[in-house]
Amino acid sequence: MAVLPETVSADTADAADVATTASTPVPGVPIVRITALRKSYGTNEVLKGIDLDVMRGEVIALIGKSGSGKSTLLRCINGLEQFQDGSLRVADKPLLHDSAMAMRALRQQVGMIFQGFNLFPHLSVGRNVMLAPTLVKKRSDQDAAEQARTLLARVGLAEKFDAMPDQLSGGQQQRVAIARALAMEPQVLLCDEITSALDPELVGEVLRVVESLAEEGMTLLMVTHEMSFARKVADRVIFMHQGRVHEIGPPAEIFGAPRTPELRQFLKSLDE
Amino acid sequence: MIEFTLWDILRNLALALRWTVALSLIAFIGGGLVGGTLLCLRIGLGRKTQRLIGAYVALFQGTPLLMQLFLAYFGLALLGIEVSAWTAASLALTLYTSAYLVEIWRGCVEAVPRGQWEAARSLAMSFGEQLRHVILPQAARLAIAPTVGFLVQVIKGTALASVIGFVELTKAGGMIANASFKPFLVFGCVALFYFALCFPVSLAAQHLERKQHGRAA
Amino acid sequence: MIEFDFGAVLAEWPLLLRGLAWTVGLTVIAVPLGLAIATLGAWTRACGPAWARRLVGVYVELLRNTPFIVQLFFVFFGLPSLGVKLSPTSASLIAMTLNLGAYGTEILRAGIQAAPKGQWEAAQSLALGPTQVFTRVILPPAFKRVWPAMTSQIVIVMLGSAVCGQISTEELSYAANLIQSRNFRAFEAFIVATLIYLALSVLVRRLLLWAGPRWFFGGAPAPTRPPLWRRLAGTGTGSRP
Repeated sequence: MAVLPETVSADTADAADVATTASTPVPGVPIVRITALRKSYGTNEVLKGIDLDVMRGEVIALIGKSGSGKSTLLRCINGLEQFQDGSLRVADKPLLHDSAMAMRALRQQVGMIFQGFNLFPHLSVGRNVMLAPTLVKKRSDQDAAEQARTLLARVGLAEKFDAMPDQLSGGQQQRVAIARALAMEPQVLLCDEITSALDPELVGEVLRVVESLAEEGMTLLMVTHEMSFARKVADRVIFMHQGRVHEIGPPAEIFGAPRTPELRQFLKSLDE
Repeated sequence: MIEFTLWDILRNLALALRWTVALSLIAFIGGGLVGGTLLCLRIGLGRKTQRLIGAYVALFQGTPLLMQLFLAYFGLALLGIEVSAWTAASLALTLYTSAYLVEIWRGCVEAVPRGQWEAARSLAMSFGEQLRHVILPQAARLAIAPTVGFLVQVIKGTALASVIGFVELTKAGGMIANASFKPFLVFGCVALFYFALCFPVSLAAQHLERKQHGRAA
Repeated sequence: MIEFDFGAVLAEWPLLLRGLAWTVGLTVIAVPLGLAIATLGAWTRACGPAWARRLVGVYVELLRNTPFIVQLFFVFFGLPSLGVKLSPTSASLIAMTLNLGAYGTEILRAGIQAAPKGQWEAAQSLALGPTQVFTRVILPPAFKRVWPAMTSQIVIVMLGSAVCGQISTEELSYAANLIQSRNFRAFEAFIVATLIYLALSVLVRRLLLWAGPRWFFGGAPAPTRPPLWRRLAGTGTGSRP
């Protein structure tokens, strides 16, 4: 299991420091621990008690019909959504919605890639990747630029450092988004349907990058419709149904031997 | 009766034009500063502030500018402040502009897609950093065209300052029309002067908007 | 210590009421006329010959790039030298109508341009004449599309009528001025007038937004309650909630 390098900030107590002290790995403790999580939008309960432990280096695929709560669960983990009941611990620290500092520390541990890429259109590709490290981790421009170049090379876009996002294809933009998230050196990456908005021929380039991240030992939680990818790369697959974890297990089991009728129905609908 | 040639009329109007331009600039820049401050407050502070600023905007958008000018003029006098028409007009137009601009700019901030906020938040940026580095640059781009467009409204608004006695283009026009007995010609020229000021600005705003849409397409 | 005397102003409520009535009256007359001009202008811009389009363009740009007070003064003070004598009321109405007509033309033109091309084509394919295509197929949805913007402009013109008091039209601002010249309570008089204008603008906006879909261009959501007389009469099947 690869352990990602930690940054040491020269400033006194700020979000970067808080994150550093929290990221010392403790063997055996799950990196994400979700207990009895409940979330409602008004009167509509979308998460009805989720229990989940994610170990460091695991790749988890979340599948299910739309409305089953998969994206909501993911967004709870980095605090974009607030939950009403239960507990959520990341790197053994509880999620504190009220503390802006705690949330910033959390988000240095947990990165997110969005379906819509959400690159910053007014900044070049390189600056997109550099922005957060310079502001949050207080890296110098030079160091951040160097890191950005390395990461862009890693996702196969070294030559696009000075390009603007609107000059890139969807697949390229998404790969930049991955580099941007990696620049913060997170311990967990959340991927929210990151290929759903891409033309089919561009999906592969993005999935290849994700696969290489998995091979290096990054902890990944992916909401995805790419079943063949999930089968190949995931350690565990979670099938969500109506706000609950309906079935959970290794891909061979989930795809090969579905136990419940709902999962069977779902898998059948994918073939149609 | 003094004979007024066309040249006399134009010359005198042009002199008064300076004051129209000066008042417009003061109102626009002052209003921009006040509006910008209000915008920051609106974004940064809570519900109560938002509602207060909303009421401020509703007040200025729901009442005639003429009344606002009168209130500034007579209100300041009540406070014992020695008030010239110039001061009152500057104050009223500045506040008027600030209300409209904060509303325009708020719309631009809200037009920035939510995904931008989420991406910046997910990168552990603080609220201030999100605003300064991600949201405001994008909002500012959207705001250029409507802000320039509003300048036209400000220039036209300065004409009302004539009612409280400030000698700008309209007031000068009225005085010259009376003295020359040529109201059709004089007010025609006044209109053309305003047109000469406003039309280029309108065109610029339209051009900027087309450019904005072109980029967004 | 500043002493306010609102009583002196409120005692003159008949004057205020009269001013309010005049403001409303001016608006009620100028708005339909202005909208009619706007419709003609937008139609010309959309379907007219090039020279007419240019003419309308000049009209629109002239009126949108000059202050309303100057337009008013031009009509009231300027036109008489051409032999056209106008009362303050007529001049006010003309100025307000032309002003709304210009802005309305632009607003409506945007609404018409937003009509999907297929609408024109479908209507023409049904052998409708150009007038019918415009008035029956294109215009109503265009109006509906721009109604909020049009409502805003109507409110702006209504508030702009305050300037008409400067040529002695007896609307609300004139009344306020009259009151303060009598009792020297200028600030109080204008505060009261301003609050009346504020209430008026809120009411008129709500009324127009509500009335538009219902009366002017259809497409209103069907009422879910039966009319009062039916409700009073009961349904007869004992299904009262």
